[in-house]
Amino acid sequence: MLRSRFAPLLAFVVLIVCVQLLAVAADKPQYLTQLTMTGYYSLVIIGLCMLIGYAGQISIGHAGFFAIGGYVSAFLATYNLMPHKEKAFTGILSKTGLLVQAQDLYGADILVFHPWAACIAAVAVTMLIAYVIGGPILKLKGHYLAMATLGFGTIIYKIVLGTSLFGAADGLSDIPGFRILPGLEVSGKSSLRIHNYYIAWGIVVLGMLLLSNLINSRVGRALRSIHSAEDAANAMGINTARYKLNIFVLSAVFAALGGVFLTHYNGGIGPSEASIMKSVRYVAIVAIGGMANLWGALSMGLILNFMSLRGYFGSYDDAVFGIILIIIMLFAPEGLLRRELLQWPKKLFSSKAEEKKA
Amino acid sequence: MNIELLSQYLVAGITYGTIYAIVAIGFNIIYNATGIINFAQGEFVMLGGMTAVTLHGYMPLPAAILSAVIVTMIIGALIEALFIRWLVGPSVLRMIIITIGISIMLREAALHVWGEAVRALPYFTGTEISVISFGDVHVSPQVLWVTGISAVMVLCLNFFFNYTLLGRQMRACSSNRDAARLCGINAKNMVTLSFVLSAGIGALAGCVVSPITYVQYDSGTGLAIKGFTVAILGGLGNSSAAIAAGLILGILESISVMILPTAFKDVVSISLLLIILFVRPSGIFGSVEASRLKEF
Repeated sequence: MLRSRFAPLLAFVVLIVCVQLLAVAADKPQYLTQLTMTGYYSLVIIGLCMLIGYAGQISIGHAGFFAIGGYVSAFLATYNLMPHKEKAFTGILSKTGLLVQAQDLYGADILVFHPWAACIAAVAVTMLIAYVIGGPILKLKGHYLAMATLGFGTIIYKIVLGTSLFGAADGLSDIPGFRILPGLEVSGKSSLRIHNYYIAWGIVVLGMLLLSNLINSRVGRALRSIHSAEDAANAMGINTARYKLNIFVLSAVFAALGGVFLTHYNGGIGPSEASIMKSVRYVAIVAIGGMANLWGALSMGLILNFMSLRGYFGSYDDAVFGIILIIIMLFAPEGLLRRELLQWPKKLFSSKAEEKKA
Repeated sequence: MNIELLSQYLVAGITYGTIYAIVAIGFNIIYNATGIINFAQGEFVMLGGMTAVTLHGYMPLPAAILSAVIVTMIIGALIEALFIRWLVGPSVLRMIIITIGISIMLREAALHVWGEAVRALPYFTGTEISVISFGDVHVSPQVLWVTGISAVMVLCLNFFFNYTLLGRQMRACSSNRDAARLCGINAKNMVTLSFVLSAGIGALAGCVVSPITYVQYDSGTGLAIKGFTVAILGGLGNSSAAIAAGLILGILESISVMILPTAFKDVVSISLLLIILFVRPSGIFGSVEASRLKEF
């Protein structure tokens, strides 16, 4: 049990290291930049995979949570409190060490929130919003749930697009790097490229560790029972509403963290991150990955997001994801990378072994 | 706040509300026939408007509109034949994702055919500055076209569903598919017909409204969400309630512009959608029991 849980994780770590070494050996270090960004998008995808695949609840609004995370932390990390320096509120904040002095592009002193404070605030805001809307939204089913989450995503998109404080159509930029720990800084400096690649994928590995533990626990079994028969699960004494809500909030937090880190890495965020197309893209990747298959979703997200960020799809970027979505749903509604599919080479070998015995 | 300004907002609200109602009726027709929500409904409106603008370069306006409606109807039929018809007992989740995929494909196709430019048909009569005055209320003639054509469309649909054999066959299929098939009705063709019909009315709505609202490759999504809001507000499947609900949403939206910045207009209507879904998913006119019977 333990071995089967940690073997893929170990293999994954080895793969990450190999990819980095290959990229450097092939003299294509610029690939690592897109791979780092892909890592942060992967956080959204594995969170969403828990919600769609394991809890069986669709969300076409997860880009909204990504944007909430990104925008809140970007806003706090750049909003200059210097004009309000004299106010008591600002004084209290700076005494608690939540604020840092920095310099803007023109060398003027500014007073902004520390990225850690901004990050925690972003996660807290996301959790609050997810809890508030999650309660009523998850009571809905089918079309109603899909439309409600789509509506939520659209609201967030329209809000960030229409608010001048969030930079309206231009978004926020000049966001400083995020020093997670001394010596660990999330920022887009090219000298820190390899460093950042490992931070991003390190966070993904931690996320996968957490989620795969969750799946193999009491919670995971409860979720699977909700997915296959909600009424039956309820009758067995599983508090289905609470489980669904908690997974919804968990996946929202994953999305928000992806947003926070990617925003610091890119040094900016724009309203397109909140667009419906992004949300649909995340759903498409989870669907291709096999719905209830974390590793499938992660690997498909890695490949497709990387190709999309490198611009392999050109101007057909969104169309590619739309077509993939349709084809998968028409011909393989259970997803492309199903568990059974992974099982058949095993079966092939075992049947051969049995034949030999006979 | 003077009465004159208020009446202008009311007129604007009614114009938009009519279009939302037409989109909602499009949702309802397909929903009644198949039990699925067609997320690509807004794209039919966009396709109708865009095609008519292009065709208008080669032919007079009425012919361009007629051709655009027919082209969109054919696209609707093709979509049904290619993606829906041969699925056996598809789950709701699967149908949601497929129709979302279709809407993305239509939108991206429109982007590659027509580019990002904003287009519009000319005003049917007069120009953008001509007005017809009713006392203190000044109305653009196009507003009368929009409301008039929508009203005719609704009357025709009503006639079709109540008094023609084909319409009654469609209604039979939506109330009990198996019983209808036992009576010799080809249920699959009725589903195709429902897509053709809702593509057609969507396209016509897109044509009449395009001089006022303009069309762009991505204008479908917003319309779809609002049309769905109206469909839910009136009770899913109930088309006459959808008209009242459409007017309510349109007027609410235009009143919200007086209080909030225009950029948040959509936020108001979508928040309304969420509130209805949370509080009364059967709609303000629908009965709770009837909505429970539907499969979700």
